[in-house]
Amino acid sequence: MSTTRRLDPVLLLALPATLYIAIVYGLPLLFLMGRSLFGTGGLDSFVGFFADPFSWTVLANTLRSAALVTLVCLVIGYPTALVLARAGGFAQAAILVAIILPLSVGVVVKAFAWQIVLRRDGIVSQAMTGLGLWSEPQRLLFTEAGLVIGAANIFVPFMILPIYAVLKLVDPRLGEAAATLGASPIYRFLKVALPLSLPGIVTGVAFVFSMAASMYVIPSLVIGDRFQTLATLTGRSFLFMRNEQLGSTTAVVLLALTVAVVIASASLSRRLGGAQ
Amino acid sequence: MTPIEKIAGWVTALLATVTVAFLMTPLLVTVAVSFGSTAVFTLPAPSWSLRWYEALARSRDLWPAVFTSLQIAALSTAIALVLGTLCAIGLLRGNFRGREAVVTFLVSPLMLPGLVIGIAMLESFRAAGLRDVWASLILAHIVITLPYVVRTVFASLSLFDFTLIDAARTLGLTYPKAILKVLVPSLAPAFLTSGMFAFLASMDNYPISIFFTDAWTKTLPIQMLQYVEESPDPTIAAISTLLILLSIAVLAIGDRLVGLRRMADL
Repeated sequence: MSTTRRLDPVLLLALPATLYIAIVYGLPLLFLMGRSLFGTGGLDSFVGFFADPFSWTVLANTLRSAALVTLVCLVIGYPTALVLARAGGFAQAAILVAIILPLSVGVVVKAFAWQIVLRRDGIVSQAMTGLGLWSEPQRLLFTEAGLVIGAANIFVPFMILPIYAVLKLVDPRLGEAAATLGASPIYRFLKVALPLSLPGIVTGVAFVFSMAASMYVIPSLVIGDRFQTLATLTGRSFLFMRNEQLGSTTAVVLLALTVAVVIASASLSRRLGGAQ
Repeated sequence: MTPIEKIAGWVTALLATVTVAFLMTPLLVTVAVSFGSTAVFTLPAPSWSLRWYEALARSRDLWPAVFTSLQIAALSTAIALVLGTLCAIGLLRGNFRGREAVVTFLVSPLMLPGLVIGIAMLESFRAAGLRDVWASLILAHIVITLPYVVRTVFASLSLFDFTLIDAARTLGLTYPKAILKVLVPSLAPAFLTSGMFAFLASMDNYPISIFFTDAWTKTLPIQMLQYVEESPDPTIAAISTLLILLSIAVLAIGDRLVGLRRMADL
């Protein structure tokens, strides 16, 4: 053979899809970045963007709400994944249905439902006053707490599933072995289950954080125009304000943020050496 | 069991129960509101009625959007299944070094902001002179559906033992027949799961579609959001309830064919 490394012709099968994604998705993203960095206005628009204090509010809103959503998802998602991996029968089926069914219902529908739930006369307010936790009915709609509740509700399956995928591979005998050797339950959890599930946590956190940083429909229905994030500002600049310069700038900032999260999580989970 | 272990177990179970209730809340609220009699969303409703279903039947905006979305989702999912499966086979069989990187690239549209992808595509399509709404929507939606197929079929295929095909051929099957009788059945669950989630993702996509729809052709999420913002009444809950019923039916079929647990492997 003249060539030392010949590529298998079966690789050609991968060509149509790869070319398609490269041309319809990869190139446009590169053009968008190139144009906003080197086009007219170019770097000046980034300088202008970062010189404006409003931009920092927007950036802070984006990062804070995404971090809070991720935290809520982790706190309620981890125990759920744990139960899902260990339980059988009815409990497992109930959790699986509760995860998969909402995934199949559109985000507009769910955001609309949260509009109803979070109103002053909504279920949350009624329950809290009924339990005596609130002295009078309160409105959570159009508040950041309401946004975090609604968004966490929509994204929590994406936290549960990767953690579950890792936890179900953990041999239950590991815990039993640790118990036989005299490890306390808390020590066992911290030293056995938690480290083994870290790759799942990293994947889930990266997924939820990047989705929460990019959400558009949920904030526009649940919190409104007063609260701007990078994604809502990008959408508004293009769809309503017709300010494509600003929109391209915020789009590229948002893109850089999410790409950084994806790359960081990929290298982190590779270092943790777990399943992908 | 020690007391601490018991308490930890109870707390975990409690949190999981709360999560299940939390996840089901928006669906239950939607169904309840759709059967209410008043236009304001009070729960529980003063009396029950089907008037919003009648309003839905008369709606002139929502049904065309339903059909547009169904057609675009079906077509883009079908194309993604073909392209994605070929791609997964090619990448797995043609062992080469950059394989993981290519898979990551092909799956990346799932993780990057839809709005940014939409804007980038809009500008490039415009530059290329493509203005047709249908063609743009189909082209864009294949980018939404393809990652699901590549990811799931690739994962499922990496567990497949390709020597089985050689075995089938030794036993006298032709190559295409061997593929059809051995490979296709073992990939069927992956097709079904990824096809279902790809279809749903296309049906539900807002941030990319918004850049390609116009006054005449709207996909369902775009029509629904417009409806919610302009005239919020429970008609939208009625159509949502029908979509939830459709999802339950699809899930029941999926459970029969594949099993819920395998569907969660996505």
